[in-house]
Amino acid sequence: MMDVLDIFASAGLWAAVLRIATPLIFGTLGALISERAGVLNLGIEGIMTFGAMIGWMTVYHGGDLWLGLAVAALSGAVFGLLHAALTVPLGLSQHVTGLGITLFASSLSYFIFRLAVPVSGSPPTIVPFQVIKIPVLSDLPFLGEAVFSQTAPTYLAIALALVIAYALARTPLGLAVRIVGENPHAAEAQGINPIRVRIGAVVFGSALMAMGGAFLTLAAFNSFFPTMVQGRGWVCIALVVFASWRPERALGGALLFALFDAYQLRLQHVVGKAIPYQLFLMIPYIMSILALLVMARRARVPQALMQPFRRGER
Amino acid sequence: MSAPPVLRLEGITKRFGALTANDDITLELRQGELLALLGENGAGKTTLMNILFGHYTADSGRVIAFGRELPPGKPRAAIEAGIGMVHQHFALAANLTVLENVIAGTRPLGALGLGSAAAREKLTALSAKFGLAVHPDARVGDLSVGERQRVEILKSLYRDAKVLILDEPTAVLTHQEAEQLYHTLRGMAEHGLSIIFISHKLHEVLAAADRVTVLRGGKVVAERRASETTKDELAELMVGRRVARPRRESQAPGAIALKAARVDVGTALKAIDFEVRAGETLGIIGVSGNGQHTLVRLVSGLERPSAGSLELYGAPAQRPTPRGFVAAGIGRIPEDRHADGAVGEMAVWENAVLERVREPRFSAAGLVRRAAGRAFAREVIERFDVRGGSEDSPIRLLSGGNMQKLILGRNLAESPRILIAAQPTRGLDEGAVAAVHGEILAARRAGTAVLLISEDLDEILALADRVQAIVKGRLSPPIPIEKADPRRLGLMMAGSWEDAA
Repeated sequence: MMDVLDIFASAGLWAAVLRIATPLIFGTLGALISERAGVLNLGIEGIMTFGAMIGWMTVYHGGDLWLGLAVAALSGAVFGLLHAALTVPLGLSQHVTGLGITLFASSLSYFIFRLAVPVSGSPPTIVPFQVIKIPVLSDLPFLGEAVFSQTAPTYLAIALALVIAYALARTPLGLAVRIVGENPHAAEAQGINPIRVRIGAVVFGSALMAMGGAFLTLAAFNSFFPTMVQGRGWVCIALVVFASWRPERALGGALLFALFDAYQLRLQHVVGKAIPYQLFLMIPYIMSILALLVMARRARVPQALMQPFRRGER
Repeated sequence: MSAPPVLRLEGITKRFGALTANDDITLELRQGELLALLGENGAGKTTLMNILFGHYTADSGRVIAFGRELPPGKPRAAIEAGIGMVHQHFALAANLTVLENVIAGTRPLGALGLGSAAAREKLTALSAKFGLAVHPDARVGDLSVGERQRVEILKSLYRDAKVLILDEPTAVLTHQEAEQLYHTLRGMAEHGLSIIFISHKLHEVLAAADRVTVLRGGKVVAERRASETTKDELAELMVGRRVARPRRESQAPGAIALKAARVDVGTALKAIDFEVRAGETLGIIGVSGNGQHTLVRLVSGLERPSAGSLELYGAPAQRPTPRGFVAAGIGRIPEDRHADGAVGEMAVWENAVLERVREPRFSAAGLVRRAAGRAFAREVIERFDVRGGSEDSPIRLLSGGNMQKLILGRNLAESPRILIAAQPTRGLDEGAVAAVHGEILAARRAGTAVLLISEDLDEILALADRVQAIVKGRLSPPIPIEKADPRRLGLMMAGSWEDAA
């Protein structure tokens, strides 16, 4: 029994939590910004897959790791523009469009990957982002290994969460995004163009989603395989609700989910023989459903979420 | 009066297809003036104001503000010229604070801060100066309708509006809130603001405005100083003919149809007593929010008494359900016709049969008999003069008055034994009010027991045989209408039943 609790005392667990949380932080922030402006983007799963593929491909063909991340972000922005063009000015169903984009982007990723990289026994690899040593901090006992031994994109994700939290709450742009998501007619009456704000939010959010996907191939693993996103996009969509549409809580939610995930991986090793490992795989998802039950009942949904805006109509 | 007008509309014409909504309208507003734009629904008031504000572009004519012509179709230009508009349906974000609603869009989007401290100071100063009390950090969704309207006005003032346009500002307000609003507007005019408000309520226009411009059929038909005209004259100008609201004739009531004996419903209604007889109208008067909503639910079969008894035709109502009450001959005109009375996207005929679709004549073997439904809808449309759409148009396309006539019609076509009418003429114009009143009186004449719930003194005085006041979930004892006058009813509505007796 002690073994089960000892896991929490290992610095390795906490380092893994931050690593597992990183793509979720990117993805959740992306979905959150889009939804705060009133647009649900279920294209997230496919956009993350595409980001993972194109980021990896860039580096595989000799690009810099940061260039890979940037190309992924750009590809996400393009898919975001597609989603926005269909759902914002045309007002099509956000569910259907988003799911369509997920199917399209996932298949396209695999298609491009197969064209460029022929089938082989072991997938080709790249040299991923390395852990950054921060002077002093990384040498701290326990904390040094648990918190300050991460790759650059992880620090970037955490910084982004804080910046976006500030921007949404405290800048005119953030207020414009929020009022458009609450009541686009109110926004228009104040001289804000709801269409433009929504398109911008969806494009920016989709770029973040793709960066989350790229983290998987550029930092967490070093190769691409088509099923690697494994439902992380859907987890992000749930985390947005869990976070009650607030970036700082999204950060907390992603870390909590990652903790369950990292914990179950280690738990498998400790008591793995007695219990089928599939049961452990379910733990994070069951925990997030339970957490949703508690948190989502109090969530304050953006009032105009999924409602197309048409000028002059109410 | 030598000062140039702050605002001048010159020869405005606007057509929508074959309809001429505004026909060569010229209008002037001087500084510090309260101008009322009076007209029936469809007279072109709102169109005119939307042109002034730049929401629509006029086919011809000019808008001149402070001596400069405004470019057509540019709301931003109107805002920058110092014109603010308060729409009938508020444009507010419920989950944001008052301050956030006010300052959104006022700073460049690239700015790094909101400037909240300075904004809060300015907003608080404006609130104090004009008597528009509302807390800057309150969530708008938690505010009352009256407070939300203050936020709307503050939004314009914050942007330094010097001309304020209010579209039917009292349509959603209670009487007290409306009086308070006109008091505030008067104060604003004294501070030098110039105000146009749109209304179809004669007494408000007379009480609040300096000058009245009457629109009919898209044209200016008259202009009067408020001090030099009368209610009757304005009514005639507005409608184009003499309108008299129908009168109630006395008749002997029949047996008790609906009776409540010391009924409690949760904490919303406490020990209420009332009875309504066949061929009689009982008026329940009171300021909105005093338990009327629960009372309507109770007599519609949506709530059960938690104590006391509710009797239908002399027998206790067992296990009340809405369907059971409809089957027992209760017709209902709900308070909020959009929320509870009709399904906006569904066709007129579907709305007409909605309450009775299970009856054999409207459905058989689980299938709706569409021909029968349409025929019923046509009958209602014909008999109750519902205009603005056929039986197949979505009901949301009908104006409020026509929607109300349809709701009334689908109930009265069945000759109900009891009619529950909750705020039946709220938001309707003079012509529609007369029509609805006429139908309610006709039902009473035919022997229907009418329970009329209203906050409109004139309506109660015109229709009811007896009156009870509703105050904080309690009902006063009834008084006959002959003994009711506005002062006495006012006392009853304030809860001073003994003083009123």
